[in-house]
Amino acid sequence: MNLLSFFNRRTSAPVARERLQILLAHERGVVGGKPDLVAQLREEILAVVRRHVMVDQDNVQVKMNRDADISTLEIEIEIPAPVAARA
Amino acid sequence: MAKVLVVTSGKGGVGKTTSSAALGAALAHGGDKVVVIDFDVGLRNLDLVMGAERRVVFDLINVVQGDAKLNQALIRDKRLENLSLLPASQTRDKDALTEEGVARVLDELRQKFDWIICDSPAGIERGATMAMRHADVAVVVTNPEVSSVRDSDRIIGLLDSKTELAEKGGRIEKHLLLTRYDPVRAERGEMLKVEDVLEILSIPLIGIIPESEEVLRASNVGSPVTLNNPASAPGRAYFDAARRLKGETVELTIPTDKKGLFGKLFGRRAA
Repeated sequence: MNLLSFFNRRTSAPVARERLQILLAHERGVVGGKPDLVAQLREEILAVVRRHVMVDQDNVQVKMNRDADISTLEIEIEIPAPVAARA
Repeated sequence: MAKVLVVTSGKGGVGKTTSSAALGAALAHGGDKVVVIDFDVGLRNLDLVMGAERRVVFDLINVVQGDAKLNQALIRDKRLENLSLLPASQTRDKDALTEEGVARVLDELRQKFDWIICDSPAGIERGATMAMRHADVAVVVTNPEVSSVRDSDRIIGLLDSKTELAEKGGRIEKHLLLTRYDPVRAERGEMLKVEDVLEILSIPLIGIIPESEEVLRASNVGSPVTLNNPASAPGRAYFDAARRLKGETVELTIPTDKKGLFGKLFGRRAA
């Protein structure tokens, strides 16, 4: 940050830059780059969780919702009850 | 070994035709045999920018459809004998461009020229995909402005998926040409900086063309800016970009028309 931007914080270029970065992160997921981001996330998340707890493939739900203002990534993992608790 | 270079951008009005003409003339000035092809069927303008609008008889579509021989359609530049133009049709439909036809014309041109520069129309439809389809190298023309950067990103995605080279598993060489750049406004935070655009698009930079009245002056008189005023800021910037296209390492500066403060600011090298 230089002196000029210190005194003039309301410059527009950083806003442009940020808007583009957010937008393109979305568009690249849809158009080019990774065609199935959700499937990939699902696999990787499952692998991490499995290091600690055994979970079934079917018990993992990954949802991505894209809206105009915000996007959400929803991950739901059903973990089997501990053996001790069952008895 | 001939190279097919596509000048593309997605967005209109960013300087594809200006850049095609300027780079073509700069490469030809260096001794290479160059042809510039207008792919903007229905809205041709390369002929006008290069000052050959009154010499158009046959066009690309006539050649693609076999109604004219390549030599009948090629227009040799009056200033540089090793620079030629292949105009687009003004009356036909862009669907007249067939993939096989374009491939055949390009193969024939490869025998005669060192550089085949394809000036793409705006958009992502047939004319644009035909212009990039058989390219070895792409120059992505971008203005430091949000809509242009977004469209360039889209075009980069298409270059990596819809070109012949990409479909064969190869990787098309892509270069960013940043045009209409104003270093003073960028420094004030009023315009995206070179670094911002490079970070977002992440392809190597081939040149920065400063905003300059010389560009309009050149198109007014129908001459590529590199011929009309080679010593002007955009003229020098295009000459440097052409040398980088040929593989030379040229220090990256932003030339200025006036003795400016920011001209020597960027001592970076083009990748």
